[in-house]
Amino acid sequence: MIPPLLKRWLPHPRWGVIAVPYLWLLLFFAIPFLIVLKISFSTLAIAMPPYTPVLEFVDSAVMLRLNLSNYIALVMDSQYVQAYASSIKIAGISTLLALLVAYPMAYVIARLPPSSRNIALMLVILPSWTSFLIRVYAWIGILKNNGLINNLLMGLGIIDEPLKILHTPIAAYIGIVYCYLPFMVLPLYTNLVKHDHRLIEAAYDLGAKPWQAFFKITLPLSRAGIVAGCMLVMIPAVGEFVIPELLGGPDTLMIGRVLWGEFFNNRDWPAASAVAIVMLILLMIPILIFNRVQQREMEGKLT
Amino acid sequence: MSTSPRRWTTWAVLGLGFAFLYLPVVILMIYSFNESRLATVWSGFSFKWYGALLRDRQMLEAAWVSIQIAFLTATAAVVLGTMAALAMTRMRRFPGKTLFGALITAPLVMPEVIIGLSILLMFVALGDLIGFAPKGIASIWIAHVTFTLAFVTVVVSSRLAELDRSLEEAAMDLGANRIKVFFLITLPIIAPALVSGWLLAFTLSLDDVVISSFVAGPSSTTLPMKVFSSVRLGLSPKINALATLMIAVVAVAAVISWWMMAREEKRRQLDMQMAAKDK
Repeated sequence: MIPPLLKRWLPHPRWGVIAVPYLWLLLFFAIPFLIVLKISFSTLAIAMPPYTPVLEFVDSAVMLRLNLSNYIALVMDSQYVQAYASSIKIAGISTLLALLVAYPMAYVIARLPPSSRNIALMLVILPSWTSFLIRVYAWIGILKNNGLINNLLMGLGIIDEPLKILHTPIAAYIGIVYCYLPFMVLPLYTNLVKHDHRLIEAAYDLGAKPWQAFFKITLPLSRAGIVAGCMLVMIPAVGEFVIPELLGGPDTLMIGRVLWGEFFNNRDWPAASAVAIVMLILLMIPILIFNRVQQREMEGKLT
Repeated sequence: MSTSPRRWTTWAVLGLGFAFLYLPVVILMIYSFNESRLATVWSGFSFKWYGALLRDRQMLEAAWVSIQIAFLTATAAVVLGTMAALAMTRMRRFPGKTLFGALITAPLVMPEVIIGLSILLMFVALGDLIGFAPKGIASIWIAHVTFTLAFVTVVVSSRLAELDRSLEEAAMDLGANRIKVFFLITLPIIAPALVSGWLLAFTLSLDDVVISSFVAGPSSTTLPMKVFSSVRLGLSPKINALATLMIAVVAVAAVISWWMMAREEKRRQLDMQMAAKDK
């Protein structure tokens, strides 16, 4: 047995429950961001690691050298500005398309009899249990110039020459909507399934048309689900690398690809870090919104 | 007037939605049995790409590396994620809870390129500072635990929030201490969430290409990294065969887990009926 005096000074086991995951996340998630921030202010050097130190100890003085050229390059070089703009555009349009596809699905599933709801929901989630990479790859064969869609359309005589879909932004939209659809359906469903039908019935009784009841009651009530779903799709889509790399063309510039290129092809770690920091700043507000929604969800049933 | 959508609208929406979700995968699977090298022209039924896949030593080695990493990742993520979920749902206030909450939820949406880059730079800085940094499989494992942890936490904390607290209180009234209550009462109740959290972490880890590419270093290659490098060069029937095998495994696992869940549910309802009759 632990003597009572020692027991009082030993931390309560509950602190261990907090401390272990907390320390892990601080060490491998929070501190790495600070290191990225630091390296974004350093200069590219031919060395290992390939950057100069920001903080140096020279002649018993601490020297802090902040090199802003990585950030200046991001603003001055139109390639970077374009990449940020087109990332946000592609992610935004894909999110909107995903919402338009997912909302009817979530709505219909939420109105199914309870026994079939779970099966329908499982069928929505099931594809995301198979490899993401393979689901993206599947579209290459469909969208290619001599792929399925073009062969079908030409076989039916609708078009004479193949439509160029693969290696265009359209293919990237399709890929993002396809891969992220379950992340949009799930939060919408969780929200829609809780709605009180009597509100709609009351609206009908008061003479509302179905579309009026939808726009005046269902849609505003499902706002939290829409916000959560859009954030879940849009934030990762802005930094998406695999989909634009495989489905988009060389001109489908997205910031995840630029970061990858700076890191792997140019071996310019400081520039890659600066690209990451600016991406984080852009995503900060959506991430904060998402954090609040998510935490309310996690703690919501506590009180 | 009924508030439910009309029957044909329901079927149309679900039919189109599921066609969109499943057709690409089904087409991929069909073409894995194609004789021709050209992955889009059908020239006859054949198993030859499966043979070629099984003779590809590099691919098999990469698959084995990936499975090991995924197993270790899922196990660690479930332990840490359960702790984090307990902290989030059971402890109203502790110093730094806001930061903790942010650290738990941010990896859910953080772009993979940022996670990959930051963890790699962290390992390099660590190597600079203390002369030692995790390499190869260990570094991929740490990176994967970090990003899958958040998903496990979400799954487990939703189960914890639904849990009937009176069961725990009853055990405590009967003299069990907190640790005993956790292992005898709480853990068995949240076990299904732990299983699904484990499976989720396993598949996320098995699937990741971006984060692994950043942290892996030259010595270790995972299956997705191998697939990605060959897919980048264009269509390859061997990849179709690999995809079909992976999808088949997932489908079988899904059917089994669904069947087990259905059986469990049936038994519970039967128990409840019996209990009602005894009264």
